[in-house]
This record gives sequence, structure tokens and C-alpha cells, in this order.
Amino acid sequence: MRLSPDELIFWRGGFFKLNGTIVFTWGIMVLLAIGAKLISRKLSTGPKRSRWQNLLEIVVLGIEKQIEEVGLSRPRKYIGFLGTLFLFVGTASLLTVIPGYEPPTGSLSTTAALALCVFVAVPYFGIEDQGIRGYLKSYIEPTVIMLPFNIISEVSRTLALAIRLFGNMMSGAMIIAILLTITPFVFPVLMTALGLLTGMVQAYIFSILTAVYIAAAIGARKSSPEKASKS
Amino acid sequence: MLIDWFTVGAQALNFLILVWLMKRFLYKPIQLAIDTREKRIAGQIADAETKRTEAQKEREEFQRKNEDFSQQRAALLITATREVQTERERLLAEARQAADAVSASRQQFLTNEALNLNQSISRRTQQEVFAISRKTLKDLASTSLEACVIEVFVQRLRGMEAAGKESLSQALKTATETAVVRSALELSDEQRAAIQNAINEIFRVEIRLRFETAPNLISGIELSANGQKVVWSIADYLASLEKGVAEMLNIQTKPAAVPVGESESFPTATHS
Repeated sequence: MRLSPDELIFWRGGFFKLNGTIVFTWGIMVLLAIGAKLISRKLSTGPKRSRWQNLLEIVVLGIEKQIEEVGLSRPRKYIGFLGTLFLFVGTASLLTVIPGYEPPTGSLSTTAALALCVFVAVPYFGIEDQGIRGYLKSYIEPTVIMLPFNIISEVSRTLALAIRLFGNMMSGAMIIAILLTITPFVFPVLMTALGLLTGMVQAYIFSILTAVYIAAAIGARKSSPEKASKS
Repeated sequence: MLIDWFTVGAQALNFLILVWLMKRFLYKPIQLAIDTREKRIAGQIADAETKRTEAQKEREEFQRKNEDFSQQRAALLITATREVQTERERLLAEARQAADAVSASRQQFLTNEALNLNQSISRRTQQEVFAISRKTLKDLASTSLEACVIEVFVQRLRGMEAAGKESLSQALKTATETAVVRSALELSDEQRAAIQNAINEIFRVEIRLRFETAPNLISGIELSANGQKVVWSIADYLASLEKGVAEMLNIQTKPAAVPVGESESFPTATHS
């Protein structure tokens, strides 16, 4: 039994290796890119449009709305990053219905990579919005004493993002694997269905938390992020 | 070790590539489509609003024109009614005049008819009277009417008042032209001689006479000289007869004169 798809090695050449995580991620990337390309190839600008275009519009507008509710007033600026986070984590979870597939988000390497991206993106957007001085100033507020705590908070929340997603996805896969050995019928199906739900919830949490962090970094003031961060 | 740092780096790179791919193929086209549609809908709404405003304006304009039209129609109707009324009165007046004219012409026609009838009766009467008289006299006394007329004329001359006789005598004597004896019929030489003799005898002077025929004397005889005239004829009798006949005709024609338009029948005056 593998704890992570990292252990599924297809090819190795020194430091470089092609493991399950990377291959499945490429699969997801290809699926999303080709799907998006196919649907957006002939988009209608009139009142009548295809079902797939409708679906994509609902997804895109839904993400924009969520970003806006978090407190980011210009959702189109952040949808590239936040939307892709949600779509990637969500798709990785949904594809677990395919036998033989292992979600790349079940690998700590992937979640750590995503968390690192967030760790870099938050100061990037913060500095872009209020300048490097203004952003750095937020670390010594309300007093300078808070500086170490702010830094710890920054690091720990990144770590928490990575561990939370990894733990959830890995545990889901593990539970199914264990259940398969104990009760090979019915229960694994139920747990897979539950896993789909958990995966979507995790995708939502991951992207919302990232949005909250960005909102905090750019100095947006809103009460809802507190509520969102507690979930 | 759960974390493989090569995989972390590769996944981070993969994720960034995915972000670019999604931006390129998903978000931008979708957002563009949504924006275009929103713009189009906004344009359509604005266009509809403009059209609605225009329609409202046109509706008001139409209503105004409709009201104007109704007013004009009412005014025209009133004018037309007045004109029709005037025309009707004019036509009625014309018809009345025409009827009056027809009535007058008919009256005239009737009058003319009556006159013609009178004249023809009068003529016929003369002829008849003379014919009867002539015939009667001839049967009774074997004398001609003319002879009797001449005899009566001579008697009249003889029986004239002295003043009249004197005046006539004077006229005869002083006349520059010859005295004229006019009679309805051509007188025979004997009759002419008789008249000549009688006049010569009555006025005791030789008077030259010229004999003429004048059919309008109606079986009478007339002596005229220098503006003086002695006449005997049956014209007076005929006049009184004519008067009687005219009265009789009037009585007959009056009931026959019915108003024009009610009857087309005309009095049947027969020409004899």
C-alpha cells in the first residue's frame, strides 16, 4: 500500500523522476486545458448558448462571486490563480471515481507545492496592491512585538494549507483502500461518494482560504473572511 | 519521506502552467463572451428604451393627429351639412321657379288656346251668319245679302241727323281726295251705281267715289272722306256674340285648369 502517488515511479534519471503525482497532474492539466479549449472554441455571445458553455459560465461566474464575497473587489485579477486552485483540487478529487487513478493532491509534495505557491502569491499580490513598504508594514501592526507572531502565522498557515489538503485526500484514499480489504462491496462505493464530497469541500476551503489570505494582504476589510477561515 | 522536493518543484511548475492554460483557454474567452453578451443586452435594452420612447412619441403624435382629424371631420361635416342645406334650398327654389314657369306657360297656352278658339269661333260664326243670312234672304226675298246691306247703308245715310249729315257733306265736298267706299265683298256695277246715286241724291252734289274691298269689314260697308266715316256692319253684333261665347268658354276652361304636376292633361280645345 502506497501512502502517496509519489511512490509510483514510472521513470527515474538521477535527480529527475517521473512519478504518479506528476503524471496524474499532467493528465488533469491536459483534461482541463483541452476541455476548456473545446468548449471555448465556439463561444456564443448571443442570448443562446450551448450547455457546456453555460456550465463553464456558471463555474467562472460562481468563482468570481465567491472571490468578491471574500472581499476582493476585483475578482478578475485573482480568478486566474484562485480559480485554477479550485478547479485543480476539485478535478483531482472528482477523478477518483476512475479506477487506478490516484489524486495528485493525495501527495504531500503537491499540496506543499500549492501551499508554496500561495506562500509566494500572498506577498506578491500584497506588494502589488500597496507597495513593498506598505506590505511589510502590515507585519509590525499593531506593534513591532507582533512581528515574530505574524511571521509564524504566515508560515504556519501555509503549512496548515498543505497538511490539511494532504491529510484529507490521503485519508480518503487510505480509507477506501482499507475498506476494500475488509468489505469489498457497497461500503467502498459509499466512501468514494463521501470522498467526492470531501474533495470538493477541500477544494473550496483551499481556494477560499487563499482568497482570505490575499484579501488580508491587500488590506481589504471585511468581516466574512474570519467566518470563512474558521471552517 | 513524504515530501519529494523534485516533485514539489515540478508540481509548482505544473500548477503555474495550468494557471496560464486556464487563463488562456477558460477565463479570458468566457469573460469576453460574458462581457460581449452583457454589452449587447445593455445595447438592446437601451435600444428598446429608445424605441419605446420613440413609440410613445409617435403614439402621442398619432393621438394628436387623430384628434385633429376628428375635429376637422366634424368641422367638414358641419360645413357640408350647411352646404347641402343651402343647395337643397336653392334646388327647391329652382324647382319651384321651374314649376311656376311651367304653370305660367301652361296658363299662357290655355289663354292662347282660348283666344284661338274665340277667333276661330268668331270667324266661323261670321261665315255661318252670312251664309245663313244670305241663304235666308235669298229664299225669302230673292235678294242678295249685299243688296240688303247696301240698302240698309243707304237708309242709314238718309236717316242721319242733320248735323252729322251736314258735317259729312262738308267733308265730302272739301275732300281733296276721292271718297272711298269700302265693302267686304266686291260690289257689282249696279250696286256701285245705286250707292253713287244714293249719295249724290242725299248730299245733292256730284261726288266721285272709289270702291275698295276690305274683308275685315265683315259684311259691312263704309264711307270715308276727309277723316269722316259712316259705317254699317255686323261687327257690333259679332262683338256681342263673341263676348257671349268668351264668357261661355271661360266657364268651361276654369274647371279644366288643374295645377301643373298633378295632371298632364290639357284642355281639349277643338279647332273648328
